[in-house]
Amino acid sequence: MGRVKTIARRSFLIGSAAIAGGVAFGTYLYKREGTNPLLADLEPGQAAITPYVIIDANGVTLITPRADVGQGAWSMQAYLIAEELDIDPATATLSPGPASAIYYNGVVGAEAMPIAATSDSLLARTGRGAADVMGKLMGLHITGGSTTVPDMYDRLRMAGAVARETLIKAAMNQTGLPRDQLSTENGCIVLPDGLKLEYIDLAAAAAEIEPVQDVTLRDPAEWRYLGKPFKRTDMVAKSTGTQKYGIDMQMEGMVIATTRTNPAIGGGLIGFDAETARTMRGVQAVLPITGGIAVVADNTWRAFQAAQAVECDWGPSPYIGNSADQFAAVAASFEDDMQDSRFKDEGDVAAALEGAEIIRAEYRIPYLAHAPLEPMSVVVRLTDARLDIWTGTQIPRFVQANMAKLTGLDADNIHVHVLMSGGSFGRRLEDDYIHQAVEIAMQLPDTPIKMVWQREEDFTHDFPRPLAMARAKGSTRDGKVDAFDLSIAAPSVAESSLARLGQPAIGPDVAIVAGAWDQPFNIPNYRVTGYRTPAMVPISSWRSVGASGNGFLHESFVDELCHAAGADPLAERLRLCWHDPSRKVLEAVGEMSDWGSDPGPNRGRGLAFTLAFGVPVAEVVEVTSTDAGIRIDKVFVAADVGRVLDPVNFEAQLQGAVIFGLGHAMNCEITYQNGAAQQENFHVYEGMRLYQTPEIIVRGLENGDRIKGIGEPGVPPAAPALANAIFAATGQRIRELPLSKQIDFV
Amino acid sequence: MKLTVNGTSHVVDVEEDMPLLWVLRDELGITGPKYGCGIAQCGACTVHVDGIAVRSCQLAAGDVSGDITTIEGLGTPAVLHAVQEAWIDLQVAQCGYCQAGQIMQAASFLDLNPTPTDDQIDAAMSGNLCRCGSYPRIRAAVKSAATKLKGV
Repeated sequence: MGRVKTIARRSFLIGSAAIAGGVAFGTYLYKREGTNPLLADLEPGQAAITPYVIIDANGVTLITPRADVGQGAWSMQAYLIAEELDIDPATATLSPGPASAIYYNGVVGAEAMPIAATSDSLLARTGRGAADVMGKLMGLHITGGSTTVPDMYDRLRMAGAVARETLIKAAMNQTGLPRDQLSTENGCIVLPDGLKLEYIDLAAAAAEIEPVQDVTLRDPAEWRYLGKPFKRTDMVAKSTGTQKYGIDMQMEGMVIATTRTNPAIGGGLIGFDAETARTMRGVQAVLPITGGIAVVADNTWRAFQAAQAVECDWGPSPYIGNSADQFAAVAASFEDDMQDSRFKDEGDVAAALEGAEIIRAEYRIPYLAHAPLEPMSVVVRLTDARLDIWTGTQIPRFVQANMAKLTGLDADNIHVHVLMSGGSFGRRLEDDYIHQAVEIAMQLPDTPIKMVWQREEDFTHDFPRPLAMARAKGSTRDGKVDAFDLSIAAPSVAESSLARLGQPAIGPDVAIVAGAWDQPFNIPNYRVTGYRTPAMVPISSWRSVGASGNGFLHESFVDELCHAAGADPLAERLRLCWHDPSRKVLEAVGEMSDWGSDPGPNRGRGLAFTLAFGVPVAEVVEVTSTDAGIRIDKVFVAADVGRVLDPVNFEAQLQGAVIFGLGHAMNCEITYQNGAAQQENFHVYEGMRLYQTPEIIVRGLENGDRIKGIGEPGVPPAAPALANAIFAATGQRIRELPLSKQIDFV
Repeated sequence: MKLTVNGTSHVVDVEEDMPLLWVLRDELGITGPKYGCGIAQCGACTVHVDGIAVRSCQLAAGDVSGDITTIEGLGTPAVLHAVQEAWIDLQVAQCGYCQAGQIMQAASFLDLNPTPTDDQIDAAMSGNLCRCGSYPRIRAAVKSAATKLKGV
C-alpha cells in the first residue's frame, strides 16, 4: 500500500506545483506579451494587426494555427476570426502560420490532470488555470484533445475584433469621422453616406497605429455565420483533387525516398545488403537510418520496389513480442504495487459487496492502429543554414525542437510548413517519420526530399492505441445498481508519448481511466482503479485517447449491472445521473430511438453514454440478428458541446466518430508476433465500409456551461452501445473487442 | 509508352509494370489520384479508363489501353461535374484524402446506372474506404447527383 500513498501524494503535488509555479514564477512570464511572429516576415505594405490576421493590397490572410486533420479546424478557426472581422472567409487566404509559442494551447494540459470536466470546484478551476499557464510557458503549439474550439473560441473572435477596430481606427484617422459613424461589412468600412473603404486599402495605415485592444465580443444573437449551417472552406478543393497534402508536394529537383525499418519494433538493424537495390532503375542511393534503411529514387514506386529488394538483417525486438504474452503482462498488473490511480472511490465498495451476490466480468480491448488514409509523408530540404519541413503535423514546435536536436541547427532556422493532413486520428502527434526524412537529408543536403511510407510500413510502425483489460465486480440491491468496482490495467500512453516529445510524465496517467473514473453517476458504492502495465511496444494517443476503450469497459459493465438488477438501462442511468446536461442527452436518445418500444423480432437496442473531453454523448444502436450475422440498422446520437458553432460539421464529426468507433469494434485489432505487428494493410484492418453503414441520426444539445470540441467525444460510446445491442438482440454478452472474434457482421 | 490523360497525350518512359498511379503522380505530376493502400483495398487511387472506374494502383501502365480521366479531368473548381457539385453541396469531405477516388467511383457508376437503387449505391461505393466515416454523406451525395444528372 506504500506505493499507493506515494502516488496519491505525487498526484496532489503535480497540481499544486504547477499552480505554485504559475503564481510565483509563471505570472511574470505568463503576463508578458508574446511577440507577434508574423511581424518578422512582413512585406512592405502588409499589416499583421494580430498574430491571426494579415492584410495587404491583395487581400486578407487568416492564420489558423490548429492543424486540420479532417475535423475542419482550419475552416472553424477562419469563421471564428471572420465573424468579428466582418469578412466572408471564402474570400480570405488561410495559412496555418509558423511554429510559434504564441499559438500555445491553453486547454489541452487539463486533460492530463485528474479534474472531472463536470467539476467546477476551486481545485478544478485552479487546475484549468494552471493548464493555461503551463501551455503558455511551454509554448505548447499543439492540436489535440478536441481543444481547438474551447481554446480558440474567445481568442480568435478577439483577434478578429481587434483587427476590425484597428482598421476602423485607421479609417477614423483618414476621414476624421467618429467611431459611431463607421460600421463594417464584408471586408469594408462603411461611411455614413454609404461610401465604402476596403480593408485592403487601409492595411498600410493600420500597420502604423497601435492595435486597438479595448474591444468587446458580439452577442451570439448578432452572429452572421456561427451557429448556423455554413460551408467549410475546404470543400471545393477536396472535391476537385486540388487540395494539396504532404504527399502531393512537388519541387524543382526533388527526389523521392521511402524507408524500411525493423518490423520487430525497436529491434534495430544489424546489417544490410543493397547490391541488387542499387542497380534498380531510378535508384540514387540506399542509406542507413536509425533502425533501418532508406532508398532514394526518382519515383515513389521505384523507391518502394528497391526498398523491398534490400536484404536487411534485423535484430530482435526488445519488447514482449507476442499478443498472448502482452495480455498476460496486462493481466499480471492488477496488483497493489502497480496501482496507478483511484480517482473515484465513493461509498464503501468492499462493504457493499460483502454478502451480496457479486456479478463479475472481465473485458479485453486490443491495440489499434491510427491508419490515416494518407500514409506518413513529408518533404524536407536541409541546407547549411536552414531546414524546411512540409507535412501534416499536430506538433509543429516539438518538430522544430526535436529536429534542432537532430541537426544541430537553431530552432529558429527550422521552418515547419504545416499542410492539410489526410487524416490523423492522433498519428500526427508523433514526428518519427519526419525524423527519418531529416536523417536522409543530413546525408543528402541541398536536395528537396519527399519521404513517403508504404502502407505496410505505416501499419507496422504505428504507435498504436494500447491494449487494456478490465476486471469488474458489482452488485445490485432492490432492483438498483448498488456497487460498481472497475479495475482497468493498461500501459501508459503518457509515459510512452511524452518521452518522445522530451517531456516528463509525472504522476498517475489519467488516460488509463479516462472516460471511466469521471462519469456523472451517483452509484452508492463506486470505485474506479487504474493499474499501470510496464511499458511494452511504444504507444500513443488515438482518437478519444483513454476513453476510446474505457467507454466500452465502463458502459458494458453498467449494462450488465442494469440487467442483473432487472432495471431498464436508460431509466437506471437517468436515476443515477446527477449532471443535468448528461441527463438531457440520455433523455434525448431515449426519445429519438423510441426507447422502450418493442424493437421487433431478432432485434435489439443498446445504449451507452460517455462523458469525454467535457462532452456528454449518449448513443443508441439498433441491430438485427440475421442468419448471416448482425446487421447494424440505426444509430441515434445526442451530444452537448455547450454551443454548436457549425451544425453541419457537428453532425459530420459525430457520424464519423460513430463509424470510427463501430468499425474498429467490429473487426479491427493489431496483434503482434515476435515484436512485429501482424496487420499490414486494410484487407485485415477494414473498419466499416459503406454497405454496413447504418443511418445515423444526430442531435446537438446546448445545456453545457462551457463550449467544447466534437472531434473525439462521439467515439467512446459506439462500441459499448453496439455490444449492448447485440446482447439485447441475441442474449450473447461479448466482453472482448473486436466483436468479430465471436460474432459475424452482415 | 503513350498515354492520354484528361485529353492530353503524353509519352512516358517507364517500366511496363509500373502502376498507372505512379505514372500519373510522379511522372506527369497529376496528384488528384491518391496512394492509400497499393493493393486495391481502399479506392483512393480510382481513375477512369474509357469512363470505367479502375484502381490505378493495381493497373500496370503497360496494360492501359484507353483514355484516362482523373479527378482533374472530371471537373474543375470553375466547371464542376454534377457529382462534384453534389459533394460540395452536401459537404461530404472531412480529411478529403479518399474523396477524389470516391467521386471518380460515383461518376463512373452513375454513368453506367443513372437510376440506382439504394442497395446498388451501397454495393458500388463499398470498395472505397473512408477512414473519417463520411459514408452517410457519400450516400446522400450519390443520390443527389443521380437526380441532378437526370435533370441534365
